[in-house]
Amino acid sequence: MALPPSTLNRRSLLAAAAALGLAPAVPASGQAPLRTPARILIIGAGAAGLAAASRLVQRLDGAEITLIDRRREHLYQPGLTLVAAGLKDAGYVLSATRDYISGRVTLIEDVAAEIDPVGRSVTTEGGRRVAYDYLIVATGLHLDYAAIEGMDVARIGRDGLGSVYAGAEQAAATWRAMSDFADRGGTGLFLRPATEMKCAGAPLKYAFLTDDILRRRGNRGKAELVYNAHNRALFSVPIVSEKLRMLYADRGIRVNHEHVLRAIDPGRRIATFRTPQGDQELGYDFINVVPPMRAPAVVRNSPLAWQTGPFAADGWAEVDRGTLRHARFPEVFCVGDVAGVPKGKTAASVKWQVPVAVDHLIATIEGRESPARYNGYTSCPMITRIGRAMLVEFDYNDNLVPSFPGVIAPLEELWITWIIKEVGLKPTYLAMLRGRA
Amino acid sequence: MQDFEIWMFIAVFQEMLGWAIWPIAALCVAATLALGMVLLRDRRLVAPRLLRAELLGLLGGLAAVAAMFAITSSWPGDMGGPIDWLLAIGIFVAGGLGTAIAAYAVAGLFARRGTVTTPGV
Ligand SMILES: Cc1cc2nc3c(=O)[nH]c(=O)nc-3n(C[C@H](O)[C@H](O)[C@H](O)COP(=O)(O)OP(=O)(O)OC[C@H]3O[C@@H](n4cnc5c(N)ncnc54)[C@H](O)[C@@H]3O)c2cc1C
Repeated sequence: MALPPSTLNRRSLLAAAAALGLAPAVPASGQAPLRTPARILIIGAGAAGLAAASRLVQRLDGAEITLIDRRREHLYQPGLTLVAAGLKDAGYVLSATRDYISGRVTLIEDVAAEIDPVGRSVTTEGGRRVAYDYLIVATGLHLDYAAIEGMDVARIGRDGLGSVYAGAEQAAATWRAMSDFADRGGTGLFLRPATEMKCAGAPLKYAFLTDDILRRRGNRGKAELVYNAHNRALFSVPIVSEKLRMLYADRGIRVNHEHVLRAIDPGRRIATFRTPQGDQELGYDFINVVPPMRAPAVVRNSPLAWQTGPFAADGWAEVDRGTLRHARFPEVFCVGDVAGVPKGKTAASVKWQVPVAVDHLIATIEGRESPARYNGYTSCPMITRIGRAMLVEFDYNDNLVPSFPGVIAPLEELWITWIIKEVGLKPTYLAMLRGRA
Repeated sequence: MQDFEIWMFIAVFQEMLGWAIWPIAALCVAATLALGMVLLRDRRLVAPRLLRAELLGLLGGLAAVAAMFAITSSWPGDMGGPIDWLLAIGIFVAGGLGTAIAAYAVAGLFARRGTVTTPGV
């Protein structure tokens, strides 16, 4: 049977050609690239910075696009949980930043030390001053391990001290500590910080995974697992929090509320939590430390940070939550973890934020209004055991916004969701870095 | 999901399979072409060959499902809802059809003259 002519239109042919490496990638909007001499500077070549650079290259012709980041290794952070569960080795999450950068982008391998949004320039640690017409801040966030008294990142992997967040090697070391614990049993402590955090599901998932590994080794009866929530809920979205409460009860994971890790004594294996009743010391055989998270100093100490309100203390960037444009400096956009918006600190959010910010930036160059809006979409495949996960997707208003309504139930523990996390997430993430997803 | 288009899927598969995407795609095309050639040449389905291909297809389907479990560190007990069963059936059908097509085509290409009815061959 012949294909209807509309099936093979110019766009799908171009797309297929681009996929085969025969043609330049199609502009995301399907239009011809816009000619402009604009100088666009991006700070941070992580998930958001790389994705933004790739999209800009597709949509602009002649623009001077510059990325600043000293980190040469790209870290696929959503994979850290799998590394810390012994399912992947550290190499799974590591690749080279340069692999995702188009030849039309200039990479400055340095750290941005100062942002001057009034003078429209950024100065690097190496002393280089880079002027811009448009700035995209995509620095991610700072893991503030130093804020936990006694915490020593170098000890992760020893004496039952774990921390999935610290990096690839540390995630692998956390697996060794957790596996050791799963052999011997004892008390396992899990927690989250009281600050905003990236992937708020990750600390919860790790408690589920530890429970599963203990069961697989026949040692669940020898262990007590305790999750220390920073407030009265397990998750910021009420319907998800309720579901998690039921699952934790089912797995026998005890929950302490309003417990925030303040100090740790790794030698004696004692963690001190701040509670409404005062400090409480809890002994442990294994602990997964999740540090407080703040905006990196370069943003926190700049005029870009929120001056008042809930995002001011940790210096998150003051942007419009729908457009990610800075509230006071309209030529500045802040995307990814650094953005001072409720929710949205996941790679899945980056996938939705970047096209919106890029469209607004280009619309400004063109002198038009962009209708694109980011609705707070955040997603987290909540692993509940090896082989099963719940696809949890929500927006600013705590609504569930399932990508596959009627097909993949959001609050059900499913194999298909596990497959998405295990097989689908990393390639989608990498395609996003190249501006193709 | 925005930009939910065919080329996004291709991009994702390209990232998933790396360089292997092209040999795999080539194999799929080659098997389909070979099947077409064999069918055109024979002008009929050869029953014993079809049966053998179908039996191999069953094994191929099972192997595809087993491979998915192995690759994802999971096992059948992880299937939690109807969509999981549909996914497993989908993987089985894809693996089964692929194997059956390839098996029939290869057997057809290597078939001795006696089994072929096309005049002039
Ligand atoms: C354990 C864990 C599990 C996660 N699980 C998931 C998940 O399942 N699903 C999901 O969607 N997301 C998940 N995430 C979250 C996701 O990885 C992040 O939200 C995402 O990487 C944010 O992208 P970003 O570009 O804002 O920051 P990053 O990817 O962290 O990149 C920031 C970049 O900025 C650079 N930088 C910082 N400061 C400067 C400076 N001053 N000058 C120059 N460069 C600078 C850094 O070197 C870095 O390269 C997880 C994260 C962790 C840690």
